[in-house]
Order: sequence, then C-alpha cells, then structure tokens
Amino acid sequence: MLLIKNASGGYDGEEIVKNISFSVNEGEFFGILGPNGSGKTTLINMISGLLDLQQGKIEVAGRNIADYSKKELARKIAVLPQLTPQVFPYTVKEMVSLGRYAHHSGLFRSWTKEDEEIVQRVMRQTNILEFADTSVMEHSGGEQQRIFLAQALVQQPKVLLLDEPTNHLDLAYQKELLDLLRKSAKEKGLTVVAILHDLNLASLYCDRLLLMDEGEAKALENPDEVLSEELINSVFDTEVIKQAHSKIAKPQLHLMPSKKTWQAKKLWSIDETNLSFSTEQIVLHSDLPLKTISSGIVGAGIGWYKYFVNRHVDENYYCNDHRKEMRTYLKGRGFPPAQTVGMMTAIVLEDYSYGIYEGNGFSILVVVTASVGNAVDSSRAKPLVGPVAPGTINTWVFVNGSLTEEAFIQATITATEAKAQVLRDLAIQDRKTGTVATGTPTDSILIAATQQGKELDYAGTATELGALIGNAVYQEMKQAISKTLKRKKAAEQG
Amino acid sequence: MKSNVTKYGISFTLLIGAMLFAISIGSVSVPILDIVKVIGSEAFRLPVGADVDPMYVSIVYEIRLPRVLLAGLVGASLAIAGAAFQGLLRNPLAEPYILGVSSGASVGAVATLFFGISLPVIGMFTLPFLSIITALATIIIVLYFARKIDRTMRVETIILTGIIFSAFLGSVISLIIALTGDELQQIIGWLLGSVSMRGWSYVGIILPFFIFGSLILLMNTKELNAMSLGEERAQHLGVDVGKRKMLILIAGSILTGAAVAVSGTIGFVGLVIPHLTRKLWGSDHVHLLPLSMIIGASFLILTDLLSRTIISPQVLPVGVITALVGAPVFAIILIKQRRRS
Repeated sequence: MLLIKNASGGYDGEEIVKNISFSVNEGEFFGILGPNGSGKTTLINMISGLLDLQQGKIEVAGRNIADYSKKELARKIAVLPQLTPQVFPYTVKEMVSLGRYAHHSGLFRSWTKEDEEIVQRVMRQTNILEFADTSVMEHSGGEQQRIFLAQALVQQPKVLLLDEPTNHLDLAYQKELLDLLRKSAKEKGLTVVAILHDLNLASLYCDRLLLMDEGEAKALENPDEVLSEELINSVFDTEVIKQAHSKIAKPQLHLMPSKKTWQAKKLWSIDETNLSFSTEQIVLHSDLPLKTISSGIVGAGIGWYKYFVNRHVDENYYCNDHRKEMRTYLKGRGFPPAQTVGMMTAIVLEDYSYGIYEGNGFSILVVVTASVGNAVDSSRAKPLVGPVAPGTINTWVFVNGSLTEEAFIQATITATEAKAQVLRDLAIQDRKTGTVATGTPTDSILIAATQQGKELDYAGTATELGALIGNAVYQEMKQAISKTLKRKKAAEQG
Repeated sequence: MKSNVTKYGISFTLLIGAMLFAISIGSVSVPILDIVKVIGSEAFRLPVGADVDPMYVSIVYEIRLPRVLLAGLVGASLAIAGAAFQGLLRNPLAEPYILGVSSGASVGAVATLFFGISLPVIGMFTLPFLSIITALATIIIVLYFARKIDRTMRVETIILTGIIFSAFLGSVISLIIALTGDELQQIIGWLLGSVSMRGWSYVGIILPFFIFGSLILLMNTKELNAMSLGEERAQHLGVDVGKRKMLILIAGSILTGAAVAVSGTIGFVGLVIPHLTRKLWGSDHVHLLPLSMIIGASFLILTDLLSRTIISPQVLPVGVITALVGAPVFAIILIKQRRRS
C-alpha cells in the first residue's frame, strides 16, 4: 500500500531523513520509533506530501505521491495531527465534516446524503456523536483527539498517518485510541503508520517497527526483534530490561533508573531476627522488598514483597473466595496485601523448623511447616473432588544474594527434590496407592532473594547455592515433619 | 443551533430595515412608502412614483440612496475581507488593514490630493483609481517580500511583512501631511473616512471590485474553514494551500483597497463585524462570509446615519463613529468571552 524507496528529505536543503526504504502492507499497523531529532516527523511529513523529497520516491497505492493532486492525495492519505489550540469555536460536526473536503469538486459542492451518512457513522464509531452540536473548544484533549480522528477517518483514506497520537492523552484514552486504530486496520484494511514515543505501546499494537536514529533506519522488523535491549540501549542511550508481557506474546521494556538512585546504601541481609512466631501466624518482615517467586494465595507468581505470612487455619477451613478472605485477614493485621505473600496451613504452627545456612559470600534462611497426613505420590496422583484441605508443607527459602531468574527456578526444583527425599527417608506413604509419597496435594513454596551482594547465576544441585538449599531444606523439613509426627503420636496415645 | 433560514432571514431584515431607515431619516424625513415608490419607479421603471413629491424623489434617488448603497458596499467589503483574513491568518483579531493594504491605498489617495493629480479621461475618479492601484501594488510587494523571506510563505511571515509595510507606508503618509499646506483639511478629512457626498459614480467605482472580490472569497469558504485549522492541516485535508492563500489574499486586498479608495480609512468594521457574526451564528465560513457581508453593510449604513444626524447639521466622519461604537462593543465581547471561559 505504501512504498518508500531510498527517500531522503529535510528542510532548507538540509538532509534530515537519509535514504530510507520500507514498504507497508494494507491493513498493517506500522510503528516508527526513535529518539528526538531522529527524523520521524520529517519522514511523516514527506509521506503526507507536506515536504518534497530531495531524493528517492514514495508511492501510495502504486502511484508516486508527487503525481497526485492535493485532493487526490487527501483521499488516499489522512493525518491525525498532534493537538494544537483551536482558534475558532467550530461545532464538532462542522469540524468532522471538513474531512469530506477532498471528496468534493467543482464550484457546486453540495453536501450529499452519502457525506452525511459517512460523517454520522464515523462520529458514532469514535464516540463523539452525542456532542455533535457542541463547540470543539469545550472538549478535553482526549475528546478533541477523537474529533480530529473522526475528521481524518471521514476522508476515507487508505493510509492513516499519526504523529505521537497518544501525546497528552491519559491512559484510558491512549488505549481506546490505539484499540480503535488497530480494529480499523484489521477489520477495514486501513494502513496505519504511527510515530509512537512509548516503546511498550508500540510493542503491544504494532505489527512491525521502524527504528530511526539520526535520520537513518536502524532496524525494521517485528517488535520482538526491534525492541532488543542492545538496540534500544544503543539508539536511546538508556538501559532497559526486556521482558515478556505477562498476558500476551509481546515484549515489554523496563527502564533501569540510574543505580545510585535506587540501590540500598549498604548491604543488608535477612536472618532469624526478621522472623516472628505466634500460634496464629509465622511472619517474616523485611525492611526492603525481596524479589520473590512463590505459590502462595496472595502475592503468588513473581514480584517484590516485604511481608511473608504463613497463617494457621482450622482443618475444616472452607471459604468460597479464600483469596479475598486472606486479603481481609492480612489487612486486619496490618499487612498491606500488595506487599505481602500470604500462605495457609492447617498444622499447629509450633511445629515449624528453621535454620540459617552460610555459604561462601552468601547465606540462606529456610523456614518449613509440614504435615504429611494426606501425603500423595505425585506420579500416581488423581485430581481431588470437592474442597481441598489447606496447604500442609510450606517451604520458604530466603537467599541473601542476587539471583537470576533461572536461579529462582532451579532453587524451586532443588527445594522440591529435597522435600521428596525427606518423605522417602521417613517412609511416608500415599495411603491410596501404598507407594512412597512425594508431597501433599496443597504444598506451597517460596523463594525470595535480597538481590544484592553476591551474584548467584544458578541454583542447580551442582552449584554451591543449590547444594546449600538442598541440604538446608532437607534438614529443616525432616525436623518439622518429625515434630508433627511426634505431636500426632502423643495425641493418639493421650 | 439556529437554522440557516433564521440566520439569513434576520440578517436580511436588518439590512433592509437599516436601508429604509437611513434613507428616510435626515434633515427632511421621507415616508417609507414614498421611498419604496421612488425606488420602484426610478430603478425598476414601475408606474408607481407619480404621486410622490419631486423633492422626495431627488432626495431619495440623488442623495440618500447612493449614500446608503455606498455605505453598505463599503461595510460589506470590509466585513467579508475581515472575516476572510481572520480565517486565513488564524487570528480572530486580524483585520483587513493588517497586511498594509489600507495604508497602501491611503498613500495613493493622499498622494493624489497632495500633488493635485488628475488623470485624463477618468478625471474625478483619479483618486479611487490610484488608491486601488497602490493597494494592489502593496499586497503584491508584501507577498513578494514574504516569499523572499520564507519560500513557503507562512502566515506569520505574511503578518510580519504586512506590519512592517504598514508602518513604513504610515510614515510616508505622515511625511506628506507634514509637508502639506492648503490641502491639509482635505487630506485629514479623507483619512478619517466618510461616505458623504460621493454620489452614484462612487457606487459605480466600488461595485465591480466588490463583486469580483466577494465572489472569489465566497468560492473559497470551505478552504477557509480548512485553513483556519492551520496550513499543514489544510493541506492534509486536500486543500491546495499555496494557490488558495494567494487567491484569498488578493481578493481581500481588492475589497479593502476599493473600500478605502471610495471612503477613506474606516476602522473596526473588518474587525468587529466578523467577530460579532461568529458569536451570533457560528464559525463555519460558508455562512460566516455572506452573513458578515450583510451585517457589515447594515452596520455601516446605521453608523453613517448616526454620523450625519447626531450633531446635525454638522456631519461627523463615519470612521470616528465606527471606532466609537466598535471599540466598546469589541471590549464587551472580549470581557464576556473571558468571563464565560
């Protein structure tokens, strides 16, 4: 639909855009990225016909834009401008209707039924129909942007150019605008070419991205390739961390603030003084957030948390929204739910076991509560019907060190293997199958690290960290299970 | 939203009312019915004027009708040119005089008076003729300089160039006045602006320019709408900005130049009337331009009536009245607008 071939251009003889070539397909959402002064707006002005090319050519629908008349070009290409202050109080409908200009010719350009239908339809589509007769000046930036979008859409263009369309828009309007554009691209075959300054929005909405630097094309690919840490780092001179969006298959970039501004002034660590015990709950409170991977009820998954709560509940605890109930519980005891990992257990909390283990340049704290009443052999497990009893083996591992994400995963594996070994050594059986159990149906695990001090890249059993975790979890779990078994026996005898 | 019928109905009623009123009132009052009869018999050759007093016929047809028509044409010219310039220059405070056009026309007129120029053949029309010529020459020179400074001729460049030329031509006029002896009264009188004692011939002078200029502007109302959003935006919408801008500037200058040529400098009409019309009936240039013409004509007819009756038998220059009426009205509009926002 749009073909740019060796195009160069700029103002007053100065070459700002240098020898850029790319093509955009019909219905594609194409993003242009680049730092300030990289020539993005100049390029858009060249495509829209505002600026003549110094070299090369630009084709729209197979024809050089220089061969179109102004009106013909406006029927092919529309532009959504950046918001500028309005001088005259046109009504919204008058403003939108101006977009039909290119479709009228001759002296007697009467307003046709078709014009009216298109204007009405687009106003409905952009959600501005309800204030069609009000003055444009009365409206907020977001609404004005929609009015100008409607004006561009009634031009019925093949290609829509946008220069930082989300500037000055709040979050909801940004999303609404980009959703609408993407829908128009996918459903109506509108070709969208947009300068975006928000790299993460560009990743979410664009099919392909052009990364410009000093007037040249630095990269032209899908968002996954263009938004690489190295490329962004070199073009924007800013450190970013690339991660996957947690819900859709698109990359997202996290800005890294300068280290001085966020890193703790001196090393600090987690030890038993951070722990507190009562019959109701076991709590670990850290002054600074810890990077955590866990399977708790609240704060599960990956995140940064300051409070870790293992709460005792009755064996017959049942609640149809246990997440909500847990949040209420945490709030009631002064734990902000957004900063807390919360777990539950039915066992008597006095049967906990914990210990600090020193490694070379790092240390770990392991806390375990465990009961094996309904232990299961995972290789022969079947889904349970009905309410599931609260968690029974809860394993916490705190590392005073800096872990990679793979180290977090390996630490989970290592700790789980150690748990299975404890059950085997204590000859705990799955009652249904009569085989050795590997855990209970509702076990939880938590690995948390201070993310400072020694860099620990891996936590498999072949590494010092992995060996220490395996060893420590084994020791503490064995002790915890022994305590519960002893209590049970005493209860049975008593 | 008022319907178009209402807008034009009220405006035309105002115009016809103002015309009849202005023809009727004066040192001798003429009954409205007689005015209608005189116009009917003289202009349309209808057999209706037989019973009208011949003195009334003479007053209406020889004195007041041409005066009212001239006032109306000047008011309409200034108002439509003002509306067009405001839209083109994206500035609701712009007026026809901003581009140096009226100063150019004034220089032509003042020079004619100062040097006592009288061209053969056109004789008494030397002054209007020369001032339209100098007005056109001015806009051409202004545009030429603006293009020299900035090839794309942005609106800002044109306004700046116009202001520079206005100042320069203003000082030329001052220079001529300083050197003036006997012609002083005549020159000052002309500069203050008036439509009195001009007769049908002046109506004939302004009419072709008025028709030509207005037609061009009325054919560019959609373009003015687009250009009032900014030149880049207009081009995005498909307007051939370079060509349309030139057409509008030239047509506006012709209208201004012709108005100045026949009546001197009459301020505020081109500024206040489009503003008022926009407030009353919306910004859409398709209607703003014709409605501004009608209201501008009515306004100048009524102010001219005021100028010759308020301290009768003495006549005030109508330019003084437009300024006296226009400036406070404008101030009130501004204050109201501020309060609302």
